[in-house]
Amino acid sequence: MRTQRRGGATRFKLCGRAAPLVLRMCGLSAGARNGGRRLELELVPRPGARRLLPQVPPHPHVTFCSHSTDFEVHRNWLAITHNLPLSQWYYEATSEWTLDYPPFFAWFEYALSHIAKYFDPKMLVIENLNYTSPATIFFQRFSVIFTDLLFIYAVRECCRCVNGKRAAKDILEKPTFILAVLLMWNFGLLIVDHIHFQYNGFLFGLMLLSVARLCQKRYLEGALLFAVLLHFKHIYVYVAPAYGIYLLRSYCFTASNADGSAKWRSFSFLRITLLGLIVCLVSALSLGPFIVLGQLPQVISRLFPFKRGLCHAYWAPNFWALYSAVDKALTVIGLKYNFLDPTKIPKASMTGGLVQEFQHTVLPSVTPLATLICTFISILPSVFCLWFKPQGPRGFLQCLVLCALSSFMFGWHVHEKAILLAILPLSLLSVQRAKDAGIYLILTTTGHFSLFPLLFTAPELPIKILLMLLFSVYSFSSLKSLYRREKPLLNWLETIYLIHLVPLEIFCEIVFPLTPWKLRFPFVPLLLTSVYCAVGIMYAWLKLYISVLSERTSARQKAE
Amino acid sequence: MEKWSLMTITVLLALTVRWTVSLGSYSGAGKPPMYGDYEAQRHWQEVTYNLPIRQWYFNTSDNNLLYWGLDYPPLTAYHSFLCAYVAKLINPDWIALHTSRGYESQSHKLFMRTTVFVADLLIYIPAVILYCCSLKETSTKKKVSSALCILLYPGLILIDHGHFQYNSVSLGFALWGVLCLSYDWDLLGSAAFCLALNYKQMELYHSLPFFCYLLGKCFKKGLKGKGLLLLIKLAGTVVASFAVCWLPFCTDVEQIMQDKVANIWCSLSVLIKIKNVVSPQTQLKLSFAVTFLSLLPTCIKLTVQPSLRGFKLTLVSCALSFFLFSFQVHEKSILLVSVPVCLIINEVPFMATWFLLVSTFSMLPLLLKDGLLLPYAVTTLAFLSACVASFAIFEKTSAKDLQLKPFSQSLRGYVSWFKLFPKIVRSLFLLSVTLMGVLSVMSAAVHPPQRFPDLFPVSVSSISCLHFLFFLVYFNVIILWDSKNSRNQKKVS
Repeated sequence: MRTQRRGGATRFKLCGRAAPLVLRMCGLSAGARNGGRRLELELVPRPGARRLLPQVPPHPHVTFCSHSTDFEVHRNWLAITHNLPLSQWYYEATSEWTLDYPPFFAWFEYALSHIAKYFDPKMLVIENLNYTSPATIFFQRFSVIFTDLLFIYAVRECCRCVNGKRAAKDILEKPTFILAVLLMWNFGLLIVDHIHFQYNGFLFGLMLLSVARLCQKRYLEGALLFAVLLHFKHIYVYVAPAYGIYLLRSYCFTASNADGSAKWRSFSFLRITLLGLIVCLVSALSLGPFIVLGQLPQVISRLFPFKRGLCHAYWAPNFWALYSAVDKALTVIGLKYNFLDPTKIPKASMTGGLVQEFQHTVLPSVTPLATLICTFISILPSVFCLWFKPQGPRGFLQCLVLCALSSFMFGWHVHEKAILLAILPLSLLSVQRAKDAGIYLILTTTGHFSLFPLLFTAPELPIKILLMLLFSVYSFSSLKSLYRREKPLLNWLETIYLIHLVPLEIFCEIVFPLTPWKLRFPFVPLLLTSVYCAVGIMYAWLKLYISVLSERTSARQKAE
Repeated sequence: MEKWSLMTITVLLALTVRWTVSLGSYSGAGKPPMYGDYEAQRHWQEVTYNLPIRQWYFNTSDNNLLYWGLDYPPLTAYHSFLCAYVAKLINPDWIALHTSRGYESQSHKLFMRTTVFVADLLIYIPAVILYCCSLKETSTKKKVSSALCILLYPGLILIDHGHFQYNSVSLGFALWGVLCLSYDWDLLGSAAFCLALNYKQMELYHSLPFFCYLLGKCFKKGLKGKGLLLLIKLAGTVVASFAVCWLPFCTDVEQIMQDKVANIWCSLSVLIKIKNVVSPQTQLKLSFAVTFLSLLPTCIKLTVQPSLRGFKLTLVSCALSFFLFSFQVHEKSILLVSVPVCLIINEVPFMATWFLLVSTFSMLPLLLKDGLLLPYAVTTLAFLSACVASFAIFEKTSAKDLQLKPFSQSLRGYVSWFKLFPKIVRSLFLLSVTLMGVLSVMSAAVHPPQRFPDLFPVSVSSISCLHFLFFLVYFNVIILWDSKNSRNQKKVS
């Protein structure tokens, strides 16, 4: 009997783990689809339709596929790293999509390029801008799928860390199974990686793996993985405070006082030296060659392009979206009632959408320094909380999510995709406590909804809606059944808020294009989506913050 | 988790796969002058919208029957008309008479794909879901996993959403028929089946089991009392639903029929001239005799002992006999066998999965021609893993699980290797899957030797044919050896 049940468990696990891969392949089957919108805000898909399958000659009418800008970005990087010596990687500027990821990612592209040459050597020519042959598409798409294996392994490790207190008989109701599905079927990751084009899968894999190592108390391994990750993609620096403080507090201090504060005498110099050594070694490996070449300033300037605007072309649903929306509203009202002088209003309205220095008209304009300070201040309480009220891995995860969310809320030029940085780690918390599950549902639903504009062609509309529904139905019903005995996960206000995403989507995608405003105010759907989602994400952020800060020690100890 | 949410997830998953496949290429894309089934459907929209109903089936100056003449029954024509009406609203160029021939564009493809998607969503998928919910003596989980496997069956998805056809409509109507019969709503069931028949004449493959089952039911009730009444009612329903479908053509019915029959004869003679082996008459008679003989036992059994289970199995075996032995069979007709097989997937999961895999494989040459290799590979793997995960097919290979117990009992004493049976079956399955995989890879990647340009298609079809013969024998065996005793035994145990 027991063996039989165990057999069932593995089978379903297989289902949960293998199926997303198949789905990812389905994404592949549709070829390189559109969705690129790194800088432009255009509603017309680019020409250049291509098909994937080599058996059939290309036919311009037939396929929906046109190449995404991120697709071209990565092709360009393949070409740069393949053809040029190290010293020119960060100087090459034939394409406008210059290399702006840290060196490890460049090395990763370098490694890929040596496989790519067996598929189609033409994709490795730097001058071949916007080159998309079927073999190129196949190779690029497949490389994403293949590197996703690391993500799958990381998910497996994370599932091991989740305590199985709520061991249910039914495999479908086990927290580990739910967690595996929530992570691997994550709507955002699926569309950003496999439909739009990026390599987030294995990067998040590295992050989750480092989280899992920290939970397993293999601190050095975790620190190493995170240091490597930082040199793959520097956006993860947003969550570095959580890592730093946690390692310092839980690893370098070997003991705590009874009230939870750090015992200063237990500080271990050996451990901090080890940590420092790891970070320095990894950094030396990554940046060392560029320091030797004297190119460090150039690399840094490529990595942190502060010339880009406060908001991305499509406003990521954060605090600044609300700020700009209020500013815009005030401008309109002011103009209508003649409080403002129309001649003094700068022409750079947000309708253009091109990334540029963006002037607010009524409210004071925001500088990079201001956003930096805001981010710092908003991160601070969570870090303090991690230091003064250590709660082991749970506290670390909470702090990690809060760091990610705070920087998403107040960061400079935030991409809407950055919300994944908060959503994925929060999945780990959501299967362990009902309160976090409620926040998770709000955050994922609004955060994923805010990714909709990434896919904007008509053939992609059903896909994004179906995948979103799939993920939402699963997350709601599985978490509901997991916390069946506790009070409802969402209150009525939150439920109403989430339900209204449906009419919003119908309005933006179906009703609005039919109205005459489409030509005069093309930005309205994006603006509405971004502002509406910003409210939800802001709310989830505050709610999580309050729940973390108000958590009492006794409850914590009980939980542990 | 609750049943409804699991079912919703299943349906959403099925829809996602369907739409993703539909992003791929279709039959005859960019291949003038004849294009493929996609153009055929578009052309029918053009014809039905622009010509008066009397001219739909006739060769006129505006309707060249040699260029994709309408060769399906009226319901298909009505469906085309409906689609054409919507097309007209969006872009009149798509269905303009004469000038729209061979029209292809992104938005038109989107439109055509959407029509298939909607038809599938409205007719086939609800039938499958309701059918799975109506299964008796099964847990919720089993119901959901049957629904998942049926909806993920790659053959139908690839042909409808990849190659481009509306099989899900006729098969969906047939499913509604089975569904109604399983609830004992005989009249509704026969009406639904008539609709299926009026959508595609190929549904005749299924007509014998329907007929035998209902006839058997009438016999059971006694031909003098209630049975006769039921028989009259059924006949009335069938006549009425046919009449409704054919009403607009009433004056020309005979002519249309004659036309079509003549067509069949013509094409037959062409076929046989090429073959030139046996005289046409003999060959026709031969094939008729073989089909008839292979159908006979199961049909008699069903008439004598009408049971729902027997009905489903007979649907399979009859359709398979037709597919194997009748003239002029298109490779896509295997779908007519596959859908009934889907219905018994919860009873004999191992064999059903095997059959469904082989049936998809048998269409490989067609799919390759359409450029659907990648969707084929991905959906087949997805289907296989769904079946393995939800039914644990490898653990269900014993004689009992394959419903072969009565058969093996009757053979006891003659054969002694039945202990090894599960292992043998499992290794046969693995062998056949490997063979199919290897052949799929070879036909996709390797150029055939110049002397045998048709090497791969021929070997694909001969291997599939061998499989199908084996399955025919298997299904006949379980139908014929399925006695009341065994069911009684089950109840006792």
